[in-house]
Amino acid sequence: MGYTSKLVAAIGLLAQAHFRLSRNFGALHMYTQSLDQSPVNTNESVSGAAVDIHQDAHKQAAFDRIIDADGKIEAQDWMPVAYRKTLVRQISQHAHSEIVGMLPEGNWISRAPSLKRKSILMAKVQDEAGHGLYLYSAAETLGTSRDDMLDALHTGRAKYSSIFNYPTLSWADVGMVGWLVDGAAIMNQVPLCRCTYGPYARAMIRVCKEESFHQRQGYDALLAMMQGSQAQRDMVQESLNRWWWPVLMMFGPPDSDSPNSAQGMRWGIKRISNDDLRQKFIDATVAQAETLGVQLPDPDLKWNETRQHYDFGPINWAEFHDVLAGKGPCNVERLATRVKAHQDGQWVREAATAYAAKQASRQQRLAA
Amino acid sequence: MSDNNNHAGQLVLWEVFIRPSMGLEHKHVGSVHAADASHALQVARDVYTRRMEGVSIWVVPSNHITASAPQDKAELFEPAQDKIYRHPTFYKLPESVDHM
Repeated sequence: MGYTSKLVAAIGLLAQAHFRLSRNFGALHMYTQSLDQSPVNTNESVSGAAVDIHQDAHKQAAFDRIIDADGKIEAQDWMPVAYRKTLVRQISQHAHSEIVGMLPEGNWISRAPSLKRKSILMAKVQDEAGHGLYLYSAAETLGTSRDDMLDALHTGRAKYSSIFNYPTLSWADVGMVGWLVDGAAIMNQVPLCRCTYGPYARAMIRVCKEESFHQRQGYDALLAMMQGSQAQRDMVQESLNRWWWPVLMMFGPPDSDSPNSAQGMRWGIKRISNDDLRQKFIDATVAQAETLGVQLPDPDLKWNETRQHYDFGPINWAEFHDVLAGKGPCNVERLATRVKAHQDGQWVREAATAYAAKQASRQQRLAA
Repeated sequence: MSDNNNHAGQLVLWEVFIRPSMGLEHKHVGSVHAADASHALQVARDVYTRRMEGVSIWVVPSNHITASAPQDKAELFEPAQDKIYRHPTFYKLPESVDHM
């Protein structure tokens, strides 16, 4: 085959991969919930792709063997273009979720009811920043840069978990986010500790060690309020009424609406389906709600003896799609806050690099 | 390692190694962006040691690390696989002295 026809074949395959990928990202995962992703622009050179086709059939076979044996792929290992792109998207959007996730709770740091709660909340928000940074680091091992990832977030090309587009309207919401949002995140993150991509799996292990405190502190705060005044109990119930359904949406659309989850499963990135995770979460949470003394706002919630799971009511998926499309209560505000924070921090980055450069040249002059 | 140095407003990429407690080796935990070595140490402390998991931090610019190539795995590591005489179990000794 002449070079031109190899090129044409490569373009064809790349275009196919882009198309498949834009559908692949449909509802694969909590951090790739969006169904209407446009094809991601990569810096993949076409001639590079042409070389791939001819030399990498055996590398694909070796990769498949590792995946089938539930092994690990590391940063330097060969991997299919689509696997790499899927991971860059998922890990970076997971990282964005952590960083944006600092905002709803950061909202209450200045208004926490006691020094104890304030210290706890600050520690939690610091953790979220740290988790974002672990994940950005993991994504960078795949060949993307921090600048590119932040640019994608700030221009709205990259998504973050839908749940952070909801407002924290009362102090009870802070506890609720810890109990339910972090609880849902834990349910999703534990299986990810076994993901086939090494840096992502190890980042998840580190995250999971810290995540349990997040859920416990939230539940602890809610327990204190439920044992307090009637007004406090009412505040907790009102908060639950607003958060319950959006939290269930965190797990992504039903499996029947996620035709490409299979690819994530095949690659060992996704371990448990959206519906299974959602069911596990509901089953675990019912007992927690009972201990708290709150009512989950679902009249259809009922134990099913045959299934050995809780039946639950219909989820309003129209709301979910609206939020993903940018029409949630806080989408505009969240992004604006992020962009402003990044721009406001520019002088810090410039000062740090200017200082470093000055020190370096001083060393050089002294050494000369 | 990826070559992401000097992006992000000239912040350099550093790999971070932490000794979790006395007597253990430094272990690779991830990476940070920072302007220089002392900045990198501070950022590494903030990001990787919130739960008292450190007594010592090393930071190394990522582009100072040389890694063996995956395609060389066979050449590098297979020769060790058939030298079973390197293992204590290769040697069958009388029971009275087998505790060696």
